[in-house]
Amino acid sequence: MSKKLVNAIADMREEEALKLVKEMMEGGSGPMAILDAAREAMDIVGQRYEKGTYFLPELMLAGEMLNQITDIIKPELTKMPEVERHGKVVIGTVEGDIHDIGKNIVGFMLDVNGFEVLDLGIDVPPQKFTEAIQNFQPQVVGLSGFLTLAFDTMKETIEAIQAAGLRDQVKIMVGGGQMDDQVRAHTGADAYGRDAMAAVKLTKDWIGG
Amino acid sequence: MEKTWAEMSADEKQEANFQKLLSPKDPAGNDLKFQSPEAEANYKASITRIKDAIQMKKLPDRVPVTILPSMFPYLNAGITVEEAMYDYDKCTAAFKEFILEFEPDMHIGASVAGPGKFYEILDYKLYAWPGHGVAPEHSYQCLEGEYMKADEYDALMQDPSNFWRSVYMPRIFGALEGFKMLNPLTTILEMYGLAIFLLQYGLPPVQAAYKALLEAGAEALKWIGAMGSVDGELTTLGYPTILGGFTKAPFDVIGDTLRGTQGIMLDIYRQPDKLLAAMETLTPIMIGMGVGAAQQTGNPLIFMPLHKGADGFLSDEQFKKFYWPTFRQVMMGLISEGCVPFPALEGHWDSRLKVIQDIPKGKTIWMVDQSDMVKAKETLGKNACLIGNVSSSMLSLGTPQEVRDYAKKLIDTVGKGGGFIMSNGAFFDQAKPENVKAMVETAKEYGAYK
Repeated sequence: MSKKLVNAIADMREEEALKLVKEMMEGGSGPMAILDAAREAMDIVGQRYEKGTYFLPELMLAGEMLNQITDIIKPELTKMPEVERHGKVVIGTVEGDIHDIGKNIVGFMLDVNGFEVLDLGIDVPPQKFTEAIQNFQPQVVGLSGFLTLAFDTMKETIEAIQAAGLRDQVKIMVGGGQMDDQVRAHTGADAYGRDAMAAVKLTKDWIGG
Repeated sequence: MEKTWAEMSADEKQEANFQKLLSPKDPAGNDLKFQSPEAEANYKASITRIKDAIQMKKLPDRVPVTILPSMFPYLNAGITVEEAMYDYDKCTAAFKEFILEFEPDMHIGASVAGPGKFYEILDYKLYAWPGHGVAPEHSYQCLEGEYMKADEYDALMQDPSNFWRSVYMPRIFGALEGFKMLNPLTTILEMYGLAIFLLQYGLPPVQAAYKALLEAGAEALKWIGAMGSVDGELTTLGYPTILGGFTKAPFDVIGDTLRGTQGIMLDIYRQPDKLLAAMETLTPIMIGMGVGAAQQTGNPLIFMPLHKGADGFLSDEQFKKFYWPTFRQVMMGLISEGCVPFPALEGHWDSRLKVIQDIPKGKTIWMVDQSDMVKAKETLGKNACLIGNVSSSMLSLGTPQEVRDYAKKLIDTVGKGGGFIMSNGAFFDQAKPENVKAMVETAKEYGAYK
């Protein structure tokens, strides 16, 4: 049954997946088996996205299925199981910019790929990033921005991280539709990426996993 | 005997629209008085140049050049976006200064910033703007949401205008809550029942909504008076505007501001037939929006900002099934009325080029942001004029020499054989003025066709 569930989720058959989850719950499979299957399916979704066979509709539907499944099994779940994570990443859209779709997809994909993600949200001032580095201790920081104003606020954010003496602790990537190497050099980031696949690849290169 | 409009072919209608642009009128309907013979010559040369670039029948005298900024004209003049949105005098002065300083062949018009007070009166919720969610010096930004619910496709298709007024508008304008109470206008049929169908107009929330709308309309009129007068003045100085209006691809109409990205992406799986049917419903409406704007402004270039069809959003199959058919139908509808669709390929569209090249030659103009310009020339560019793609990063962070080199490369490759207009590729707020100048100058100094 759990193999069927993996396939139903991975192949975007939402109704069937939810029906299977309910049947498994009624059949006494327990929430852990369902959660494991869901996680395995998310892995496949992530791989297909990275390969370019899946796109936003699939990522978003997969996320929706996961939310619904979690809602169904939550009452039976005494505690969320500990998952081994490859490392930690802080992400956020820099100050002045409130675009979040790209950032959210990056967060989702990093999570699916086994990284613990702290998402600081949108319009995040530099100080919030430095505090998050101190408290959360990530290995990677991802700065997101869509507008030309972000070129400078990304630079200011990285300068603030430097001034706080934290620059050597983290690798920093900048992401967004207008990113290129010229912007990367301006901001002082270690790398840039234009989509979620790039963010995953950079993080894997830096942390492993 | 002269043909009537209905008897003319799409070619003839487009030509007639360009001829109208070439002999501009003042608001009273008389021939426009230019400020100098030189200004008149510049105006006509610019229109002719861009017409030749679009029609692809003969080479223009040189590569045309334009600048398509977002808030750059205001920030460059030292005023904030907030000032540009609230102080119409400062806004128009900054815009005029921008055009006279940078001297593009054609320009985008002064109305980009928009009237801040107008949005305030309506309590507009769809965007954040200076003082309302973003800092004074920053551009307005869209607040995506599900302004149309997943189960509302039928209501939208059954009566789009009523859906817009009674469902959508109360959600995006706090001041128009009262519109929720209104009956469809199609209830107004005969004497019996009439007063019952219209009695809601006597209720306080509806009256408050109309009061706000009247006030907003008055503010919009004041604003457009100021913007129109500076655009008109720039025309008499020899600088025509490049935009005659705008419309959208039906997929973006639903994905941008009705269902939102998440909503439309889920609908592709959960209710594909409804999504497709709703886009069919919207197609003639979007054609009408563009054609109507062209008639009002007398300018046939109809801008279409494209968003959710870019690389990475959809698979090829999804693009061909959901995005392209109705987008193409809107373009074809505009073309058949003599308009020139002006889609903007925001972001990267490399994977779509082979699909979107399927359009009639010499009828469209495509703003290219970061797609590979040479590949775009080999595909889409066989049939259509391309405009762009000097990048925001280069204009903001590069040197004038880098801009010159890149612009020259564009002229040599994409400009070859015509069908190219020099411009930035994405709407920008920040840039080094000397870089923007270098882009314009390179087209003028280096772009002549021999």
